[in-house]
Amino acid sequence: MTAREIAAAVRTGARSARSVLEEHFARIDVREAELHAFNYLMREQAFGAADAIDSAVARGEDPGCLAGVPVAVKDNFCTRGVPTTCSSKILEGWTPPYDSTAVARLHAAGAVLVGKTNLDEFAMGSSTENSAFGPTRNPHDPSRVPGGSSGGSAVAVAAGFSAIAYGSDTGGSIRQPAALCGVVGVKPTYGSVSRYGLVAFASSLDQIGPFAVDVGDAALALEAVWGYDPMDSTSLDATMDSLSDSLDRGVAGLRVGIVRELTEVDGIAPEVQARVAAAAEALSAAGAKVDYVSVPSVSYGLSAYYLIAPAEASSNLARYDGVRYGRRDAGADVATMNSATRDAGFGAEVKRRIMLGTYALSAGYYDSYYGKAQKVRTLIIQDFARAYEQFDVLLTPTAPTVAFEFGSKTADPLAMYLSDVCTIPTNLAGHCAISVPYGTAEPTSGATLTSDGNPKQLPIGVQVLAPALGEATMFRVAKAIEASAP
Amino acid sequence: MPEVPAPLTRADVMHVAQLARLAITESEAELFTEQLAVILDHANDVASLDIDSVVPTAHPLPLVNAFRKDEVRPSVDRDEVLRTAPDALDHRFRVPKILGDS
Repeated sequence: MTAREIAAAVRTGARSARSVLEEHFARIDVREAELHAFNYLMREQAFGAADAIDSAVARGEDPGCLAGVPVAVKDNFCTRGVPTTCSSKILEGWTPPYDSTAVARLHAAGAVLVGKTNLDEFAMGSSTENSAFGPTRNPHDPSRVPGGSSGGSAVAVAAGFSAIAYGSDTGGSIRQPAALCGVVGVKPTYGSVSRYGLVAFASSLDQIGPFAVDVGDAALALEAVWGYDPMDSTSLDATMDSLSDSLDRGVAGLRVGIVRELTEVDGIAPEVQARVAAAAEALSAAGAKVDYVSVPSVSYGLSAYYLIAPAEASSNLARYDGVRYGRRDAGADVATMNSATRDAGFGAEVKRRIMLGTYALSAGYYDSYYGKAQKVRTLIIQDFARAYEQFDVLLTPTAPTVAFEFGSKTADPLAMYLSDVCTIPTNLAGHCAISVPYGTAEPTSGATLTSDGNPKQLPIGVQVLAPALGEATMFRVAKAIEASAP
Repeated sequence: MPEVPAPLTRADVMHVAQLARLAITESEAELFTEQLAVILDHANDVASLDIDSVVPTAHPLPLVNAFRKDEVRPSVDRDEVLRTAPDALDHRFRVPKILGDS
């Protein structure tokens, strides 16, 4: 059942929220031990919430647009009284004293929170292997990663543990795992969903967005949480065009540009290129005008991102000092206590990024690294602006390859970073993008074999990009791609 | 074309770790020197760009100060906040000594 079907059935009383929830927990009970999508399951709270919704319906009230819809949220969303770890030992055991705005809006819309999903520690990673509490596995092939950093949320939806899920996307952390797990993932326009109560990683890039089984559910899930919030000083006070109303308007006459630099990027798998080409042909057949476009400066996006994001992270993560929350390791004075706590509490990738960011911001290197990266950000925004003079949306791969094997990139941080090469430019520009599943393929090499000896097929996602607040058009194109998906 | 910074050394890594309050071990310093050098080498494609005249972008939105009305509103409960702190005393966060003995 889609989230739309669940909400419709619960609102009319045709289904109880409790029975819907029982079905989802039945799937969790069968497969969660193997996949590890969750850091924390909220079973008791969830059934309490479901019963409250059923009572409201019985009293003739409308619980909201997500009535009875089981939802999972990434474990970097603050949830009052429910552990929030960011998959880090430094926050183990901490329970926030308040709800993030996104979570508060989900409660207000009648959603039922089932749990907090696993992530790469502090959302730093592309495989969910950097979690202090163990990796999440890809439901299509458990010997492979689900992508990351929101791997747990992608798996929760792909495995039917929740109807929709939410994550955060700083450089691709929603779209890349969505592609690798065969679900829809959205990085909305910067500032469109409040980040109040989202644990900060890189504040000029972070954005909350949904995972869903299809484009229609993704639209519903985004509309339930977006909109102005005075508690977030970067929240956009803008009118958002309805997504659900325009989804089925088709793509006749829309101009779609295939970004050459990202479809031909180093390391891209031929099976991924083939899917992007097929999606472009399908859009053309549906009446869109499709052509290639060049956005030259996106080639520098990866380097710029891995200076800017760590620089902002090194500042944001200074708050984990053993004083106000989370763990403390003993030290004779404050500085020793700070260093001991941070060394024991943070994992290797978080330390790497904090040091990289501190270095990029330090005297003598600021101009060459952080300053240059900020200028590249301007160039990327300008190049996108030129592309959007000719095209309504852009089309690219989401990830350069299908899901990779555990351990295959952990010793080489740069190889892992390259997983985000197609998703990063959107975050640098503050624009929106969506990943839509578009068929499956076997990996070029090392395919896992099924019990009857055939190579396992793995999902591929194609990405639609649009300028800031271009979600309505972007979703129309996504819907057309979905309609033609193999 | 602008010169790229000299390669990062183990001494740089130890210095940065100290700035970032990370008590890293000898073997971590070794590994991080190697890995950060590879990442920074890749970043030299940006460092070597001749783009002095380009205006930097710090943030994707044209941000101005966002003020709320100056009015008393409920806030997070103090005792609830202190309950989740590693150590607290008399409504305050408690920490080891900050100054020397002298």
